[in-house]
Amino acid sequence: MTILLLLIPAALLLGLIGVWAFLWAIGNGQFNDLDAEGARVLFDDADARLRERRQP
Amino acid sequence: MTAQALQALPARPALAGACPHCGAPSAAGEFCCTGCSTAYALIRGLGLEQYYQLRSNAAPVAADADADVDWSEFVTPLPDGRSRLSVLVGDMQCAACLWLIEHALRAQPGMTSAQLSSATRRLTMEWTGPAADASRFVQIVTRLGYRCLPVDESTVQADGVAGERELLRAMAVAGFAAANIMLLSVSVWSGHGDGMGVYTRDLFHGISALIAIPAIAYAGRPFFRSAFNALRHGRTNMDVPISIGVTLAVVVSMAEVMRSGPHAYFDAAITLLFFLLVGRFLDLRARGFARRTAQQLLAWTNRPVAVLTAAGVIQRPASRVAAGERILVAAGERIGVDGLVQEGVSSVDASLLTGEILPQSVAPGAMVYAGATNLEAPLTVQATAVGAGTLVGEMTRLLESAEQSRSRFVRLAEQVARWYAPVVHVTALLSFAGWMLLGDADWRSAVLIAAAVLIITCPCALALAVPAVQVVASSRLMRSGILVKSATALERASAIDTVIFDKTGTLTIGQPRLVPPDATGQVLLPVVAAMAARSRHPLCRALVAACPDAVPADHVQEHPGQGLSMAGADGEYRLGNAGFAGVPVSARDGCSELWFARPGQLPYRFRFRDSLRSDAAAVIGQLRDQGRRLVILSGDHADAVAEVATALGIDDWRAGLTPKAKADFILALKDQGRRILMVGDGLNDAAALGFADASLSPATGMDITQNVADAVFQGEKLGAVPEFLGVAEQSQRLCRQNIGFSLVYNMFAVPLAIAGMVTPLIAAVAMSSSSLVVVANAVRLGLSARKARP
Repeated sequence: MTILLLLIPAALLLGLIGVWAFLWAIGNGQFNDLDAEGARVLFDDADARLRERRQP
Repeated sequence: MTAQALQALPARPALAGACPHCGAPSAAGEFCCTGCSTAYALIRGLGLEQYYQLRSNAAPVAADADADVDWSEFVTPLPDGRSRLSVLVGDMQCAACLWLIEHALRAQPGMTSAQLSSATRRLTMEWTGPAADASRFVQIVTRLGYRCLPVDESTVQADGVAGERELLRAMAVAGFAAANIMLLSVSVWSGHGDGMGVYTRDLFHGISALIAIPAIAYAGRPFFRSAFNALRHGRTNMDVPISIGVTLAVVVSMAEVMRSGPHAYFDAAITLLFFLLVGRFLDLRARGFARRTAQQLLAWTNRPVAVLTAAGVIQRPASRVAAGERILVAAGERIGVDGLVQEGVSSVDASLLTGEILPQSVAPGAMVYAGATNLEAPLTVQATAVGAGTLVGEMTRLLESAEQSRSRFVRLAEQVARWYAPVVHVTALLSFAGWMLLGDADWRSAVLIAAAVLIITCPCALALAVPAVQVVASSRLMRSGILVKSATALERASAIDTVIFDKTGTLTIGQPRLVPPDATGQVLLPVVAAMAARSRHPLCRALVAACPDAVPADHVQEHPGQGLSMAGADGEYRLGNAGFAGVPVSARDGCSELWFARPGQLPYRFRFRDSLRSDAAAVIGQLRDQGRRLVILSGDHADAVAEVATALGIDDWRAGLTPKAKADFILALKDQGRRILMVGDGLNDAAALGFADASLSPATGMDITQNVADAVFQGEKLGAVPEFLGVAEQSQRLCRQNIGFSLVYNMFAVPLAIAGMVTPLIAAVAMSSSSLVVVANAVRLGLSARKARP
């Protein structure tokens, strides 16, 4: 049963990491516009090509 | 919106006879106007041609760019030296628009971020450089064909987003705590039978307490705050029993842990909060739309206009123009004030204000209204009314009173909550008193039982019952192209017995189409269409649409408000109104007309008619079979309305109505106890939409109208109306079922709790299972849609 002394803190720590990541994502605005992000991921990003075009 | 974006269309070369940018009829491969050709060149220049493959809706007709507005006024400087500007972007059609705008802006030197939200339509740009760059960036968006409206920065941080975030955070914390505590609790429950050591159990309870207390203190804040507010004002609401129940459960459990008792309710308390937060979040999410649209209305009325002053032309928000000042309105621009035309001859499209489909010719002395679009030539207008005094302002006021009448609507869940809270309190109190006085329990176990009663009755399933159904119903409607904006819309639309339609743009497509001409006309058509291809007048566009192969003729002169002329082989050809073509009297048969005159021949009359939506007759028949009363309210001429009404077999129609008359008609019907669904697209329908019990607007309608309407439907089909009503009725039935189930569940669970038989295990099972049943019942609504699909 002493293994619990290791497992319980480990479980809590992992959970806390998850919560921290989620709270960070909220603060970072990752959930602000659920609709657009879903579509945006499908667009081939032209950014890289655009940057090349601008620099030469 | 997004569902359509997924079906990215295959590469679409410019169709013969369609403008490559906006798809409007034009001569083969040509642009319909300079605005579109500018937009097309800009898109190609930036290497963003991909847009034409991504889009699922035609691009907005690119208006000629607005004259320079001083956007730098609206720029916020950031602490790190960069600048930020937020604007509202109008005319967005689908996700491809979003892509185009963002990428076009990111390609600009100095731009560090450009984010456009599809939900709020708010574009936020940040760049390194002076505030003066703002106008340049905004102009790029305008040249792509989207309207930009200034945003009052103070409204940006509206409490909506903040509230949503707070709930999400609370949900995350509660979810984390609930999962971990449940892990420990399950061990304890199984330990009861298998002889878990007392010390292990106490350790587990202790850890649970350590997790639960901070988590509840954090995640429970929205409930505690609301309960406290309610109590301070001498009221009670759903949050009061929740707060008392959760607090009591924690306190009692703490006491149990201290004296090393066998039962602790930490898991029940935190799971309860978690479920409730989920319900609350879904609810807020649904309401969010309504709040955001109010901000858009504000921005629209504050559109800048060009004011003629002694010092030259100055751009100023419409609200800061004084009566008597002179305004310059470019062709293609929307008029910002009510006023008298002083100089210029043109025609204005007031269809969104009056419902009348044909542009009206205006000349000096004519009255024009804010919200109408100037079509042909620049006008100078002397303002007679501005801001709240304009026709639009009057409609806004009507709208506000409509919104107030709507906010009085009490939702089913709230009705239940009103008597639920007191009943729960009394039950808990009675069971405490009962055990103290009649039973031989000590006060500790009596409190424990009272806490169990509060926990088991906590309106967990009740709080999930309605939001869950609403979310499933909204997503089902979204799949059919109907966007539900208001949280209470489905509930209000569930017992509709009267459906009121606007005519122009709602029952009809809202664009004139050429009535097939006779043999003579067929011969003339290519010549006439070639002339018409040079004009943006709706009737000319209809002519071109009827003869798409026409090559635009050269040397066509446009006579604003009258027609077109061209030097033909045998003299001057004229295409225009009766007077312009030299015809003394025009026949009236409900059709719009264009006359074509050539030297030495009889003038020929082309007739145009606004055609019905393709499924209008079927939909009207279906609604009538459902026993609903159908009415047409239109601002158009009686003969035009009568024709549509006859074609659809609706005998109850009114024509020539003002916006106020439409609203009054609806109010009168409401007084008779009728439940009304209004379907309309124009600004003149906005107030009527607001006063009706529920309202629908096509996505082609005006921004304000779409904002007011409870739901917006896309596409050509009117079938959205029965679909909306059907889902509303079904979801209301499910809501009632869910609430009924929650009450039945309580009837069984509460006696157990009062009898003191509810252990933490039973509480957890009962709560979770009732919540799951309610959610599963809601999901049925989505499933039945999938089955109904061929």
